[in-house]
Amino acid sequence: MARELLVGNRAMAEAAVRAGVQAYFGYPITPQTELLEWMSKRMPELGRAFLQAESEVAAINMVYGAACTGVRVMSSSSSPGVSLMMEGISYIAGTELPVVLIDVMRGGPGLGNIAPSQGDYNQIVHGGGHGDYFPIVLAPSSVQEAIDFTVLAFDLAEKYRSLVFVLADGNIGQMMEPAELPPMQPVDRPIPDWAVRGSLGRERRILSSIYIRPEDEEVTNLRLIERARTIEANEVRYKEYYLDDAEIVVIGFGTAGRVAFSAVREARSKGIRAGLLRPITLNPFPSKVIAELAANAQAMLVVEMNSGQMLDDVVRYTTGQVPIEFYGRMGGVVPFQDEILTEIQRLAHQTPALGIDPRENWLRQMKERLN
Amino acid sequence: MQTEIIIAGFGGQGILFAGQLIAYAAMDSGKNVTWIPSYGPEMRGGTANCTVIVADEEIGAPTVRNPRAAMVFNLPSFDKYEPLVVPEGVLIVNKSLVDREYERDDLITVMIPANEIAESLGEKRLTNMVMLGALLEHLPVLSIDAIENALSQHLPERHKHLLPLNSKALLEGAQFAREAFAPIK
Repeated sequence: MARELLVGNRAMAEAAVRAGVQAYFGYPITPQTELLEWMSKRMPELGRAFLQAESEVAAINMVYGAACTGVRVMSSSSSPGVSLMMEGISYIAGTELPVVLIDVMRGGPGLGNIAPSQGDYNQIVHGGGHGDYFPIVLAPSSVQEAIDFTVLAFDLAEKYRSLVFVLADGNIGQMMEPAELPPMQPVDRPIPDWAVRGSLGRERRILSSIYIRPEDEEVTNLRLIERARTIEANEVRYKEYYLDDAEIVVIGFGTAGRVAFSAVREARSKGIRAGLLRPITLNPFPSKVIAELAANAQAMLVVEMNSGQMLDDVVRYTTGQVPIEFYGRMGGVVPFQDEILTEIQRLAHQTPALGIDPRENWLRQMKERLN
Repeated sequence: MQTEIIIAGFGGQGILFAGQLIAYAAMDSGKNVTWIPSYGPEMRGGTANCTVIVADEEIGAPTVRNPRAAMVFNLPSFDKYEPLVVPEGVLIVNKSLVDREYERDDLITVMIPANEIAESLGEKRLTNMVMLGALLEHLPVLSIDAIENALSQHLPERHKHLLPLNSKALLEGAQFAREAFAPIK
């Protein structure tokens, strides 16, 4: 397949089409709408289901129902829309259905704005719906990754009967880059043996998230956490840049990760031993490699487009081994390369004390900036 | 080698398409490229801008504080981006819609009456091509040929008959910029 110049939202939609998605249900919201728009054209012309629901609540419940038939189904939205879906997301997780959801994050909380953000990290990675569940979360940082991870999301969803999120942001959705789409996969995939699509001639199957007896629910809870541990053993993914001899280890995902890449590359050109870890799976989290890096680094810098939601996970897995600082922009503001470079240079010049509050320096800077 | 270009003006001036043409031409020349709009609730008549980065190596940040070049189509964009271009960068100004002179003397600046040139060609929607021709005259990132190829490859079928006129607009812009530009002091 040749490289094409593709906008992220449409690329993710077409990638899903080629991965064999049979039904899409959604509701428009910026900065994600082009994804739904592309689906509205492509799905009917291929004889597949496209439905613009009356709300995100309806859309996610349509996804829930369609997923029970064992075919590839998905929805997509942006932050406030994903919040509306949370009840259905929990039901899907509780029913153990393979579903792919794409969140093109925007500034928040509340109505916020339509600019790129990573403010949904906690809601998606740690579960915004009720109960114990563990979705797989993939974070693309380019249009090519947005395509590849959308296809991967369907494969992982099916493999583990799990909910899989592609957690993108407005930049990824709106940006154009040369990228290569995958070949078209056939839609007539084998129907899994749990699917419900008419029981004539065989024993009835039931799909539900209801377990009236607490003991039965607990069995399900245990199955879900065991599955999450299997996923953690098999599916952790990340990308490393200049980490071999890195003294300053920067960690960032998605758009923040690629801006950090520019800053790290520039720091290297200035003779600073900086490196970057860009998590691809936010769940399962690359905790092992982060712990290893912490053992050898002089300092770590976590960069995000939020108030430090992933930072707290990094802190958790490094257990006071290394001084950690944070740099983030919020509200839909995307950091520039020089802002991150300044932080790397500062850390290279003077290693902070172990046990420092990772947000202290950043908060002081932010207050000065906004005054 | 990485070149960043910001293109800014009103919605409807072909800002985003001019950026996409650069992106197509860069891709077809085997380079890495990102194109990102400053997307917002604006429609025709509102502000529109995009950032295009063309590079030989992997591109990190898709937006920059200080671009190597800016193409500004109106006064608010002129005011916003003239101070931000890196020293010895390139600034192309649509003189038709600004009422002041340039201030920086450390840039290559072209004040080009792009609207009038486009109108003299009989198609005012060619303003963006005139501006793009002027830019490429001073920014050695892609050739006019590469843009013409991108146009013939990616212009929608219904606009294909405008190809010769687009080429003419590119060349007129380039010629103007070759003859009338303020060099770096």
